Amino acid sequence: MRKKVIFRGAALPYLLLMPQMAVTLVFFFWPAGMAVWQSTLRQDAFGLRTEFVAFENFLDLFHDPIYLNAAWNTVIFASSVAALALGAALFLAVQADKQIRGAGVYKTLLIWPYAVAPALAAVLWLFIFHPSIGLVGRGFGALGIEWDYRVNGGQAMAMVIIAAAWKQVSYNFIFFLAGLQSIPSSVLEAAAIDGARPMRRFWTVVFPLLSPTAFFLLVVNLVYAFFDTFGIIHALTRGGPGNATETLIYKVYVDGVQNLNLGSSAAQSVILMIIVIALTAIQFRFIERRVHY
Amino acid sequence: MASLDIQGVTKAFGATNVLHGIDLAVADGEMVVIVGASGCGKSTLLRIVAGLETPSSGRVLIEGRDVTPLEPADRDIAMVFQTYALYPHMSVFDNMAYGLKIRGLPKAEIRARVEEAAALLSIGQLLDRKPRQLSGGQRQRVAMGRAIVRHPKLFLFDEPLSNLDAKLRVQMRAEIRRLQKRLSVTSLFVTHDQVEAMTLGDRLVVMHEGRAAQVGTPMEVWSRPADTYVASFIGSPAMNFLPATLTEGGAAARLGGGAVWRFADGARPGGEGRAVTLGIRPEHLLPDGADGLPLGVELAEPLGSETVVHGRLPDGTALTARLPGGVPGEGLRVAPDLAALHVFDGEGGKRLDPA
Repeated sequence: MRKKVIFRGAALPYLLLMPQMAVTLVFFFWPAGMAVWQSTLRQDAFGLRTEFVAFENFLDLFHDPIYLNAAWNTVIFASSVAALALGAALFLAVQADKQIRGAGVYKTLLIWPYAVAPALAAVLWLFIFHPSIGLVGRGFGALGIEWDYRVNGGQAMAMVIIAAAWKQVSYNFIFFLAGLQSIPSSVLEAAAIDGARPMRRFWTVVFPLLSPTAFFLLVVNLVYAFFDTFGIIHALTRGGPGNATETLIYKVYVDGVQNLNLGSSAAQSVILMIIVIALTAIQFRFIERRVHY
Repeated sequence: MASLDIQGVTKAFGATNVLHGIDLAVADGEMVVIVGASGCGKSTLLRIVAGLETPSSGRVLIEGRDVTPLEPADRDIAMVFQTYALYPHMSVFDNMAYGLKIRGLPKAEIRARVEEAAALLSIGQLLDRKPRQLSGGQRQRVAMGRAIVRHPKLFLFDEPLSNLDAKLRVQMRAEIRRLQKRLSVTSLFVTHDQVEAMTLGDRLVVMHEGRAAQVGTPMEVWSRPADTYVASFIGSPAMNFLPATLTEGGAAARLGGGAVWRFADGARPGGEGRAVTLGIRPEHLLPDGADGLPLGVELAEPLGSETVVHGRLPDGTALTARLPGGVPGEGLRVAPDLAALHVFDGEGGKRLDPA
């Protein structure tokens, strides 16, 4: 039941809205506005002179091979993280949805990684993949595989993808499990009686009914891979070796904080902002249309 | 089309016994209705036949073949669910064609079969719609259609009418019966509604606490109920029960209030003083100014051509009578049609027939 409160006068409702408005303005709109403004400026190396250059920062970026490389890295990284995190989570959720002994423990354990801070997660993975002290790293060595993510860019990319996906599996798992549990059991029973084997039931009934959930998670995972993986990359590889694991968000940090090229860094932030706005818009447009119930 | 045999099927969920050994033989083309209150195990029995549950012991045979260890997919059955269980993401056509596609039938034949079934159910114009665009009655028809196109050996119905409104339910009930007769498919129909059971079934299985209390044609079950549970469950308004003791060497019964009712069909065994329960349906109580029992009327429900009267005898026993005509006046007395009197054992509630 919804309760409707009617205020006398307009002052009180505005007053009650103020804190939320203030937080949004100060912490979201102001910095975003500043970034947009900054992206049109260029400073000299010592920060003494600032000039207005309009879109030049953006144009420079699109001709910068390092930036284009970071963009390509991001495409590889984000699609791999999303595919891995979604695939693993869906597989685990399907297993957890079966009637199994200790299902509660199993589900709880799967949710834990989400509570691990990105930097800690990175350290955990370091201990696993480190060539001289890591379990898997030494295992590779014993098998005669030359494993050193500090020199091999491909291996470094694989490692950050695995670490980043691992953190997101829990989140996806919860949504997939809820999605699976909302499918009426009688529909699956009807499919079984219609002669569909478990694999066929999954692909023709379960998966189509999960597709709204999967689509929502795909967008969330892309946003995560684009924006929330700075900590993991920073702790694991610092974007290296070379620029092999430098993604767009990491380059924003490198150019802005390390290289102090504020104009370019702000322009990169604005591009990322446009990407996230686009993803969110797609999300809102499609999610409401594709629900079956 | 095939026969169905259920042999000694039991089911326990943990320590709870839900079915205590059910035996039932359904002949080819017969429609058997399993009726009982909720929790009596009727749906569990149906799900065991479908293969959605495994029995704790016993066997299920379709066409003489033991299907107990088989998956639902291998039993060649079709089921209509209470919630219809349509595939929400598929069109009506795809819903009906799903099982046929899995069997790998040629496209032309699938189309022909679906269209034939759709015509039979008059849902031909709905084939492109999604289930959510359909009304309850239409969904019900699609669920029926999905069962029909498969040409299964056995139809299973799990309370398919209980989600429909009263008018539609009566209509669909007649339609299901007509279809079943026309296709002559062996069918099991589960319901909690005794009217549905009476009108649909060639035979009824009245279930009570995991046992088949009685198996018989609707008229058998109505006219010769096996025990007080069946007697009270079948028939509306429900049968009246009056505690009494045998007298006159078992040829009559003395009610608590002292009145003596003489059996029309012969003496019951057990001798003088045996506790019995007399059962008399409300429609078998007649107004009788002279010899009848005085009935203190508490509530009268006029139905037009007749009136249902709820009242109490002088000793406090509740009694319901269905009397012809309008609301009766003061000083109502009712007497039983003794030929329609049922006698049950006072302890176990089993029917007592003349010795």
